[in-house]
Amino acid sequence: MAESPASWETVVGLEVHCELRTETKLFCGCRNAFGEEPNTNVCPVCLGLPGSLPVLNRRAVELAMAIGEALHCEIRPSLFHRKNYFYPDMPKDYQVSQYDEPINVDGWLELPDGTRIGIVRAHMEEDTGKSTHMGGGGRIHDAAYSLVDYNRAGVPLVEIVSHPELRSGEQARQYVSELRAILVATGASDGKMEEGSLRVDANVSVRPAGSDAYGTRCEVKNLNSLRSLGRAIEHEAIRQARVWEAGDVVKQETRHWDEANDRTVAGRSKEEANDYRYFPEPDLLPLAPSEEWLARVRSSLPPMPAARRARLAELAGTEPREVATVVDLQLDHLVLAAADAGADANLAVRRVTNEVAADPVRARQLDAADFAKLVLLEAKGALTPTQAKQVLAEMLDGGGDPEAIARDRGFEAMDLGALTTVLDQAIAAHPDEWERLRDGDQKLMGFFVGQVMKATRGQADGRAVSALLRQRGR
Amino acid sequence: MPERDRITSTDVAHVARLACLDLTDEEVEEYTVQLRDVLEYADVVAALDTAGIPPTAHPLPLVNALREDEPRPSLDRDEVLAMAPEVENGRFRVPRILGEAP
Repeated sequence: MAESPASWETVVGLEVHCELRTETKLFCGCRNAFGEEPNTNVCPVCLGLPGSLPVLNRRAVELAMAIGEALHCEIRPSLFHRKNYFYPDMPKDYQVSQYDEPINVDGWLELPDGTRIGIVRAHMEEDTGKSTHMGGGGRIHDAAYSLVDYNRAGVPLVEIVSHPELRSGEQARQYVSELRAILVATGASDGKMEEGSLRVDANVSVRPAGSDAYGTRCEVKNLNSLRSLGRAIEHEAIRQARVWEAGDVVKQETRHWDEANDRTVAGRSKEEANDYRYFPEPDLLPLAPSEEWLARVRSSLPPMPAARRARLAELAGTEPREVATVVDLQLDHLVLAAADAGADANLAVRRVTNEVAADPVRARQLDAADFAKLVLLEAKGALTPTQAKQVLAEMLDGGGDPEAIARDRGFEAMDLGALTTVLDQAIAAHPDEWERLRDGDQKLMGFFVGQVMKATRGQADGRAVSALLRQRGR
Repeated sequence: MPERDRITSTDVAHVARLACLDLTDEEVEEYTVQLRDVLEYADVVAALDTAGIPPTAHPLPLVNALREDEPRPSLDRDEVLAMAPEVENGRFRVPRILGEAP
């Protein structure tokens, strides 16, 4: 990733749109589902037909409250407004959103390194329909016409707005990564950026290092992966710094990330931004969650990723970042099961991070008790690391009892006698090397361990071979 | 109403543009007078002392009108698309869009 010039500081605030995992849309009973036949989940309410009336989805409100709670927000009585604009993605010609009285305000999110990023608000709104631009390479300006699918119109969203407290593309990436983990943990989101269920816009500006003032910002859109988010911000910051350094002025505008060409391209100028004529939505009543309701939501929240990382790290005796993969992939239960069974939690973390995580789909089907048993077998030396990995691979493939798999493969721990015989043969076959090892050339340890491994096709325990060699060498 | 708060023909032309209404200069003048009259009614309320009274969000004394998150049948797609002037591949076909999504 390119570096921003040292004399400039990058300032970033993020707006993250999170589609809520409800069964139905925000204001009607149409199903909230991705990837279905176009315009099959639509009704008079989400099509904006005259005379239809919206009714708020209880579950969507609960998920919004859960997000507020997880982000340490104040959860308040709130109102819905109409945001008016003419655009075919909303057949009503307005989007219902929370404006000056949002449900969640003043929260914070802690990055894995302990930095706290302030959250301005996390408000509820409805998603818009999906347009496909036809002709002109799919670009809006060159398109001949557009096609619209309203299945997504009315899907519940929570928009999470951070303070401009992020200072690099990398930090923004960490923020979204942590936010995504939190949203998934609350059950509010499936976290799939590639399907658009989590969408990120970045407000980026630069200022001379040491300054407290804010420079003119540009909003960068089309950031549909963590990687493009980080890269887009770095490139946009460099672009702005160059504009200032050339004696020009950065214009406030919307820019799109062009992944293929590593650059942002100008879009609509913010000076011409619409006046949305917000006014209170007369068809919806105010929302005022009771203390009891709030307490119920609060008590049903599962542990958040930071707490889960801390717990696993403590069990395994490592740093929280070393267990991050386990938590990111929601595989904590495997390590916890192994620890409960009395197995080495650190070994369990390593097996999950290095082997299980490589196949996240199958990993979810892995039986926790079987995994715990495997770690126990390896920890007590009944299986060598090489054997344990092979058994684990088979467990991920089709499942099963690790002891049975090990037996079928003929993985029995070699007893000391058999190991000694193999080692004696290796020494006899390589007298020169043996002489050099005895003279203190420790590099030859690895050579002999390798010879024994080769002869036993990986069944020998490398640590046991080293121990035998040391005894012999004396 | 203080003079500085009075609605002007510039305000009316601006709102008309936002609402995609094509008004003649005469219409702008006419609606400016009418809207000014309407807003003057609000002066009656504005004259009251409302210090310490929370704003009314809705005339009904109710909050939390909610429904359960249970799917209900959607409309038949053919019926829906039959309402549109142009359709292609199960989608609504619209003229080329100038500008971008807000």
